[in-house]
Amino acid sequence: MSDIFPKWTNQLPVKIIAGAILAATTGVAGVWYYFTPKYTRVGYQPIQPVPFSHAVHAGQLGVDCRYCHTDVEESWYSNIPAAETCMKCHNQVLPNDPRLAVVRESAATGEPIPWVQIHKTPDYVYFNHSAHVNRGVSCVECHGQVDQMDEVYHAKPFSMTFCLDCHRNPAAKLRPPDKITDLTWKWSDDPEAAAKAQKENGSKFVTDWKVESMENCSACHR
Amino acid sequence: MRYFLAVAMMLGVLLLGVVGFRDTTTRRTPIEVFPDMDRQPKLRPQAEDAFFADNRGSRRPVEGTMARMTPMTMGASGSSELVYGYEDLPVNTGHLTGVTNYVENIPLTVSGELLERGMGRYQINCQPCHGALGDGNGITRKLGMVVVANLHDPRIIKMPDGELFHVITSGRNLMSNYAAQVSVKDRWSIIAYIRALQRSRLASIDDVPEQLRSTLTK
Repeated sequence: MSDIFPKWTNQLPVKIIAGAILAATTGVAGVWYYFTPKYTRVGYQPIQPVPFSHAVHAGQLGVDCRYCHTDVEESWYSNIPAAETCMKCHNQVLPNDPRLAVVRESAATGEPIPWVQIHKTPDYVYFNHSAHVNRGVSCVECHGQVDQMDEVYHAKPFSMTFCLDCHRNPAAKLRPPDKITDLTWKWSDDPEAAAKAQKENGSKFVTDWKVESMENCSACHR
Repeated sequence: MRYFLAVAMMLGVLLLGVVGFRDTTTRRTPIEVFPDMDRQPKLRPQAEDAFFADNRGSRRPVEGTMARMTPMTMGASGSSELVYGYEDLPVNTGHLTGVTNYVENIPLTVSGELLERGMGRYQINCQPCHGALGDGNGITRKLGMVVVANLHDPRIIKMPDGELFHVITSGRNLMSNYAAQVSVKDRWSIIAYIRALQRSRLASIDDVPEQLRSTLTK
């Protein structure tokens, strides 16, 4: 028999099993780590046609989010402003800056600026901005600290768990309606007091505003 | 076995080098791992759509038309008096019906609710240039915008409300129009708030209730 199976083949089954276990573990670990929006979406920071800085406009200068994203309280969709909105200030502020050439051209011709969309839910998800913003969910909960981003990147995973975590306990996230666009707002600088205030007010908001954070499929998938 | 492990390790490191880690910024378009119906052939707002010649998914209204849509309530919320945007009424145009004269007073019922709305809208849309106090000292003043109207100017105090409405709707001098940003009702609410701001500076001690006067330092 030794002609057919030399001595070294004795160890072969063990090696094959060990190799298979290693490969399977790596595969599972790889899927767990990579096949999730935490990897595929978070950190997406495309090159935009205009080097617009949210950190300067919303952060430093304190322009309200709704100056540009005007429809966020009325519509399911939070609009990207037209170039005319930029030109309301930039007809006099930095009027000849080369970085704004694309904006000036768009305002003059009406051709849209080809902004790259960063935050994108799948087409079978019917997310409604107005429903959230008018019920005390701040922009920061889904978009992160945009007021500190020079270039906007995808900060939160937007996975289904991400939505459900909040839908299962909205009281932990709700804040007073006039603080929605104040992305650095906190109940208190003291984290303990802030947590206490959130606990007290959060559940009050849920009952007062009749917040229906639905968990059934058709709430989001229609 | 040693070779196998070495090769596996090298492959692993190579793969990690290519795919990277979580929480790092990337220019690469997100991969959709299970793209089942993630992207459907339907119109999405402000997205490109090859169906139309100009590639725009969002269509512009036909030239010379206006949306009929939902009517506006004239009074506070719950009021039953309704107005449509196409009607030639002071509330829609800022002019008296049929003539070019500006309407003197806000045609809506001015309530605390409207004023509060006006304050919020003022802070969003007007404050960057006109400043929180309406004195024209907004943030843009420091950035090169030299001519910003001081809303406490007697010229503006004397303006009919309809003229202020016209300025917000159509713009004036270097200020461009806010018709697309601010709804008709919100424009009137902003005007109400501007009037409140102006009165705050025109007030005399006689406007303060007598029992509260002692609380003010002179």
